Amino acid sequence: MAKYLLLKHYRGAPASVNNVPMDQWTPEEFDAHVQYMRDFAARLQETGEFVDTLALVPDGAWVRYDGEGRPPVTDGPFAETKDLIAGWMIIDVESWDRAVQLAGELSAAPGAGGKTIHEWLEVRPLLTEPATILE
Amino acid sequence: VNDSLLRELVPAVIGVLVRRGADFAAAEDAVQEALIRALGTWPDDPPRDPKAWLITVAWRKFLDAARAEASRRGRDHAIQREPPADPTLDADDTLWLYFLCAHPSLPQASAVALTLRAVGGLTTRQVAAAYLLPEATMAQRISRAKRRISGLPLDQPGDLGTVLRVLYLVFNEGYSGDVELAAEAIRLTRQLIALSGEPEIAGLLALMLLHHARRASRTGPAGRLVPLGEQNRSLWDTSMIAEGVTILQAALARDRLGEYQAQAAIAALHADAQRFSETDWGQIVEWYDELLLFTDSPIVWLNRAVAIGEADGARAGLAALAELNPELPRYAAVSAYLHEQAGDLEHAAELYAEASRAATSVPERDHLTREAARVRQLLRP
Repeated sequence: MAKYLLLKHYRGAPASVNNVPMDQWTPEEFDAHVQYMRDFAARLQETGEFVDTLALVPDGAWVRYDGEGRPPVTDGPFAETKDLIAGWMIIDVESWDRAVQLAGELSAAPGAGGKTIHEWLEVRPLLTEPATILE
Repeated sequence: VNDSLLRELVPAVIGVLVRRGADFAAAEDAVQEALIRALGTWPDDPPRDPKAWLITVAWRKFLDAARAEASRRGRDHAIQREPPADPTLDADDTLWLYFLCAHPSLPQASAVALTLRAVGGLTTRQVAAAYLLPEATMAQRISRAKRRISGLPLDQPGDLGTVLRVLYLVFNEGYSGDVELAAEAIRLTRQLIALSGEPEIAGLLALMLLHHARRASRTGPAGRLVPLGEQNRSLWDTSMIAEGVTILQAALARDRLGEYQAQAAIAALHADAQRFSETDWGQIVEWYDELLLFTDSPIVWLNRAVAIGEADGARAGLAALAELNPELPRYAAVSAYLHEQAGDLEHAAELYAEASRAATSVPERDHLTREAARVRQLLRP
């Protein structure tokens, strides 16, 4: 088994096919979307492939060390940062192909007009622990 | 195993070990180990006297640990094999435990964790699950908290304010694992009332009951958040509401108002309305004014603006809101609601969308996004 991160972006991903902002859907379309996401996570829990999911608040700040005895420097939030992560799901699956298949299903969530969003999700393998027998 | 019966015994058993000379940290560890063993063995082999069983096993665990510690230090301390007879236990032991676990020197999250474990009798695993933390992290948090309070003089009167704050947080925050924290907070507050007659304890219990009575109506399909105005009031637990109101009235009659009694009074006025439109908003505004004598919480100021909007019209609510700092959390959400009530749908939709971006939980974010969608739909021709 290997873990993969399915990364969802507020900004920075290629445009979806059905690219209408959420607050311009109808409430029913919104409900259908939320239900789809919940069902997806529940299904992965049943198959034993679900690890974790979290969502992020859009605003944050850049922080860096500024030398001994000085408080850290903060900067931002930068409204124009070109890439902005919205949240993720971590799955533990048999293969890359399975990860891609599941990302495809997640991307099929319904949006405006009840039509599939075709949202671009980023799939990234997580580094693992080394195996005991390496040679 | 009757889990809650088992857990009710925990503070008393810790009390017994401490009276026999164990320090709090060691006693608490020993009881926790006994508790885990009880959960494992009692289903197949229930003891005749659960409390005596817990005391015996916990005391043995304590002796084992103390001996291991003594030999580690290379000293040959003779450790008392036979426990002294137990002095009579009184309510003060349990009350002392509440004060200790919610000691003002502890960070709030640590006080919450320690209270749930030592007073509530939850296992570290259960506490960790309730806060979505790894068990090792929660174990560390609890042991650091115990180290921090060890060596504190124990003869000083405790701080009831921090105890109530901790119980309030248990009720208000956390997730549902196999233990429902809200119900656990109610149980611990009930137990506290039996130990001390302070009216604020009753105020807090009433507040909890009045909110807990509405829990079935607070979420809709797919975990959707249902705001007070749209809740199906027939789902409210009327006997729990009645109990909350009775407790509150008795507390108020003692004429020593505090913030929990004032909050409970507001909750009681909501619970009293058969329909949202029958809510007595005038009285609710008055209670918010009382509440502000005890707290300067921004949430109270924002809720007061909403109440004024309901009592005197959305424009009055917006005027009250205009006196507050727009940087406050949830300001945009309140502003959105009042603008919608005032008929300014365009602005309301924008504010709901803005509020959703600042939301601090997924259900709240989803609710506000959905509100933006709902208002935008009203705007479409």
